[in-house]
Amino acid sequence: MTATEIPVDNGVNVEALLGVRGALAGTPEIAQFQWRSTVSWVNGTHSRSDVETFHGFGGEQQHHTTFSYDIDHPLQFAAQDNGVTPVEYVLVALGGCLTAGVAAVAQQRSIQLRSVRASVSAEMDLHGILGADPDVRNGFSGVAVSYQIDADATPEEIKALVAQSQKRSAVYDILTNPTSVTVDVS
Amino acid sequence: MPDTTTVIVGAGHCGLAMSHCLAVRSIDHIVLERGQVANSWRTQRWDSLRLLTPNWMTRLPGYAYRGADPDGYLSARQVTAMLADYAAASAAPVLTGVTVTSVRAAAGGYIVQTDQGSWRAPTVVLACGAAALPAVPALARLVPDGITSVTAAGYRNPGELPEGGVLVVGASASGIQLAGELARSGRPVTLAVGEHVRMPRTYRGRDILWWLDASGVLDQRYDEVNDLARARNVPSMQLVGSPGRTVDLNALSSAGVRLAGRLAGIADGVAQFSGSLPNVCALADLKLGRLLNTIDAWAGAAGERFAPTIVRSAPLGLDLRSGEISTIVWAMGYRPDLSWLDVPVLDRKGRVVHDGGVTARPGLYLIGMPFLRRRKSSLIDGAAGDAAELTGHLAGHLDALAGRRERSAS
Repeated sequence: MTATEIPVDNGVNVEALLGVRGALAGTPEIAQFQWRSTVSWVNGTHSRSDVETFHGFGGEQQHHTTFSYDIDHPLQFAAQDNGVTPVEYVLVALGGCLTAGVAAVAQQRSIQLRSVRASVSAEMDLHGILGADPDVRNGFSGVAVSYQIDADATPEEIKALVAQSQKRSAVYDILTNPTSVTVDVS
Repeated sequence: MPDTTTVIVGAGHCGLAMSHCLAVRSIDHIVLERGQVANSWRTQRWDSLRLLTPNWMTRLPGYAYRGADPDGYLSARQVTAMLADYAAASAAPVLTGVTVTSVRAAAGGYIVQTDQGSWRAPTVVLACGAAALPAVPALARLVPDGITSVTAAGYRNPGELPEGGVLVVGASASGIQLAGELARSGRPVTLAVGEHVRMPRTYRGRDILWWLDASGVLDQRYDEVNDLARARNVPSMQLVGSPGRTVDLNALSSAGVRLAGRLAGIADGVAQFSGSLPNVCALADLKLGRLLNTIDAWAGAAGERFAPTIVRSAPLGLDLRSGEISTIVWAMGYRPDLSWLDVPVLDRKGRVVHDGGVTARPGLYLIGMPFLRRRKSSLIDGAAGDAAELTGHLAGHLDALAGRRERSAS
């Protein structure tokens, strides 16, 4: 190639990520993270969730600001639609996690991305949450993600990016594998 | 306490290869073996098992297959006989029926304690194998009573299992072979599939191992790969030692095996499978495609391509109390047993830290681990190169020790 070749830049600092992985070898305990959010009921099905602090890298950490999210249900559910539904936040989380992964893996593999778009959809049967049919689960019966990616790579390389992103995605893992959940009242 | 220069722990193919290389250099040594030569081949193999590699690849230092069937695959009994013959032909100083109970550092090297006395030696080679113990996950304790659990190491044939359905956990070489065999025996089989390495038995008219060997893929060195930790964790290839027979997930599906995702949990007696099956299949298909591209780039022209793995709706749960499943076969790989090693060379997960088989403790070596020095280190054919190079390092260490003694004496 010529000397004018532009280095691949997807805005991901892969060196920093690999540096963290290197540091873990000597201090595995810094890998132990805790993610947090708080939630307060507002009215009806409307609540507001704040995300500010987390624990990791051996200490207390915080975002540069407090992020706030309104959660509600649409008018069709006789609610006020002050925000998206909880299940839609799950789709937001999955799409965000997989897409961050695509960018990071592309950077690591020296693939320049030009555009990445995905549609995320989930199938759900309301019989479950309405308690109308005990054979129907509350949650999704399936989730589908469809990517359109424009990048300096072959179709096979792009498929491999998306596959590797799933392999390393926290939210994909959370959705595809069981997780222990405890809820208590103090 | 008897002295020797090198104690080799384990008389499998790696221990014997090491012994051969040391003998060539006239380095005095003994090989300690808890059972007989090729012990795990005698005691931990199912009846139908054959090597994944063709006979012409059955090579050891000073030995090559000379039989009438170079394209066949040795049975476990034939491997046992071959290794016993090899030990005899190279007059390996094997002490059988001697179980090592500890290896610890001492002045001038190491003390190897056994159930029949101790040896002192400046050098020790751990050749007791990567597959000493079958890996069984912690969640196995959640399996409901009444279900028979067997590991790939303990399994012998379908006839030994109770009637009824079988859940095979793991889809590498062991898991796919046992799932296929159990399905042929007429049992309903569910196969829990995590990350796996899809591999056709033949490609472009030749055994896939011929291509991997000839193109140099198997010779790739441990200091040439980007992510060695990952390379050393790659599961075994989905192969069976049977001419022309490919046992991939599509073949198993056609044979009636039901595919499920990785076994992710057992809750209230219900096995929970990961929803990641489509992606682990996509990863394996893409990886196979890249391997075939590598072969084509080496060989010129393009060979055939294989149909994508078909994933129909896979179950996410399976009630183990319903009677549908009577046996679980754990085929999740193996791990070494180094519980007797009292030298601080283990990482936080109990694995020996080493640089191509050379540990940080001078004179302590390791052989027979996946990708120890080359991609083929996990194959019988990988032992020759690894043993030769480790013997070279070991001889250099002995020379340095001798030089130090001479200097201190003068």
